[in-house]
Amino acid sequence: MDFRLTDDQRALQRGVRELLAGRFGPEALRAAVDRGGTVDRELWRELGAAGFFSLRLPEAQGGAGLGLPEAVLVFEEAGRALLNGPLVATHVAAERSPEAAEGTCVVTCATQLRSLITHFAAADAALVIHGTGIRTRRPKDLPHTRPVRSMDPLTPLHRIPDGTPKAPPRPDTVLLTAAEQLGSAARTTDMAVRYAGEREQFGQPIGGFQAVKHLCAQMLVRTELARSAVYAAAITEDFTEIAGAKLLADEAAVRNARDCLQVHGGMGFTWEAEVHLHLKRAWLRGQMWLTAAEAEEIQADALASAL
Amino acid sequence: MDLTYTEEEEAFRARLREWLDLSLPKLSARPDPLDWPGRRAYDTTWQRMLYDAGYADVHWDASPTQRLIFLEETERAGAPYVGANFVGLLHAGPTIAAEGTAEQRERWLPPVLRGDEIWCQGFSEPDAGSDLASLRTKAVRDGDSYVVTGSKIWTSHAEVADWCELLVRTDPDAPRHRGISWLAMRMDAPGVTVRPLRTLAGSAEFAEVFLDEVRVPVANRVGEENDGWRVTMVTLSFERGTAFVGEVVACRRTLGELAAAARANGTWDDRVLRRGLGRLNAEFSALWRLIQWNVSESQKTGGVPGVGGSVFKLRYSHARQELYEAAAQILGPDAFDLDRQWAADRLSSLSYTIAAGTSQIQRNIVAERILGLPKGR
Ligand SMILES: Cc1cc2nc3c(=O)[nH]c(=O)nc-3n(C[C@H](O)[C@H](O)[C@H](O)COP(=O)(O)OP(=O)(O)OC[C@H]3O[C@@H](n4cnc5c(N)ncnc54)[C@H](O)[C@@H]3O)c2cc1C
Repeated sequence: MDFRLTDDQRALQRGVRELLAGRFGPEALRAAVDRGGTVDRELWRELGAAGFFSLRLPEAQGGAGLGLPEAVLVFEEAGRALLNGPLVATHVAAERSPEAAEGTCVVTCATQLRSLITHFAAADAALVIHGTGIRTRRPKDLPHTRPVRSMDPLTPLHRIPDGTPKAPPRPDTVLLTAAEQLGSAARTTDMAVRYAGEREQFGQPIGGFQAVKHLCAQMLVRTELARSAVYAAAITEDFTEIAGAKLLADEAAVRNARDCLQVHGGMGFTWEAEVHLHLKRAWLRGQMWLTAAEAEEIQADALASAL
Repeated sequence: MDLTYTEEEEAFRARLREWLDLSLPKLSARPDPLDWPGRRAYDTTWQRMLYDAGYADVHWDASPTQRLIFLEETERAGAPYVGANFVGLLHAGPTIAAEGTAEQRERWLPPVLRGDEIWCQGFSEPDAGSDLASLRTKAVRDGDSYVVTGSKIWTSHAEVADWCELLVRTDPDAPRHRGISWLAMRMDAPGVTVRPLRTLAGSAEFAEVFLDEVRVPVANRVGEENDGWRVTMVTLSFERGTAFVGEVVACRRTLGELAAAARANGTWDDRVLRRGLGRLNAEFSALWRLIQWNVSESQKTGGVPGVGGSVFKLRYSHARQELYEAAAQILGPDAFDLDRQWAADRLSSLSYTIAAGTSQIQRNIVAERILGLPKGR
């Protein structure tokens, strides 16, 4: 047993982080907010070219033949950068659509957020996922969808009036969303620590005050527990473990964003600071594919069936 | 990233499992928690059985992965953990192995492994708990002895210990961290008085130790004179890094028993309670994964656990308390019956956020040593 990342995995992680830092830095993020969160098609194609969507496809299908652990590392970086767009749905759609794999087509999903659908206006196709099966619909096959004023400025939402069939979520969609939450949790920890080391009050950096220091320490503890859970679930692919990973990653992302906001004081409550974007997205992802209540029931079932 | 065990490791597991199946039935029944001599006898017998079977030094010499397997299997089989041997096996032993001279290793390690000698930890003092470096017990050199005077507190298992890993101040004029030395003291030396303290769980788990001109040979000093703080940091990294691993396996078993109890008494139908157990299940599974992560990381540092131990201890100590709070809700009135193991365990769980460094101190460590935030007060 050696849980550490291999050299290849570390190189992949570094590569994606550099790509996103160059292509989706603070200015691009602000531009995305100003655009109302619509997908940057050019960036989408670049992600496609870099293998973001085709990562797990066999080499014969133009993929890299990598596994869930590698996909998790890549989605963690996306979460860290707060990259917007229906990333998980397009990644899944790549299995059956070369355009999705290449990033020339944006695919959302109608069964990820109960009666809401994300990035509907920008999407070329919408998936409907039933268990392990998927069906592709075109947006016009989902009539009467109405725009909703989305709380997350980076995730446009529409309401599907008839609701959508409730189906058990695909494990990989749950885990990749958890990986995004993990990246976000790690990022808000970094942001809080950096701010606490720079901002001075009472003649010293606020990070020297224990009340602030302890908030930051707890953020790291949540992140590292979630990381162990998410990485292990990527290796075992066990659905109970995946559900647990989502539960802990949701908690880490939401609570870390809240603590980060607190550490930033009044600045944290402004539109300018990035913190609110992490919090709003973390709340949204917490409801995607698998909610905390559902994850807890899955865990409880596992306990009961082990009796 | 690989969570599978090698063939060699699986063979180790299979051999161990077979030995446990054969040996555990030979062990007498667990003694009453209040019967200290009985507990000592039970724990040292178990250590002797491990010694004879070649497993005694698993906490020191085995690979970190073998140690994990050992803890997993012994816990699963319901075998005793280190018990009264915990200081010798988990802190003093590894510290002497890392910092002691060849002579010292030869003198002290084999009796720990054989279960012949029990150690206790004399670090904390009435005025030096979290602020350990402010300790005042003084040791004055007289020929080839130190003459030690002062008092220690919260010394676990002091009543049954043969040896004490003792921190003393050998230079009162040096800066706080610089004047400390690490000594091995016999508990039956003239001038040592042990006064048991009753814990809130009712047992005499720890004691006050008064030291009145106790003579300790200079040869019993581990590390250089006045370099004891560095040696102490080695001890503490073992204490936080690996000492709790076996307990996570035990908590997972306890959680399963709790689910069974909830099904039997109908509280399982209470959605809030049921989901709370589900959440704890996710939490303890993740804590196990975090241990595997820390163990893998420690392979880089030759098996000495890093500050990751503080991250683990913080989350684990709180999770353990939540587990017993959930138990109390599910068991209802039975939770007040001290003859039920649940009740005793619930009480003892309260010490986890205090012993081996309080949660507040662990947060300082994480913030300063991992996150690099400024030291403050
Ligand atoms: C069951 C048990 C077994 C033990 N066994 C042993 C043993 O075998 N040998 C041994 O040497 N010791 C032992 N201890 C002692 C243990 O290490 C100390 O209790 C612990 O380090 C706390 O010290 P204290 O009790 O003096 O509390 P204090 O240091 O007085 O702390 C009181 C409170 O103040 C907080 N506090 C103190 N300083 C700070 C700070 N800088 N920032 C924020 N908060 C702070 C603490 O977190 C705590 O909440 C044991 C303790 C227990 C409970």
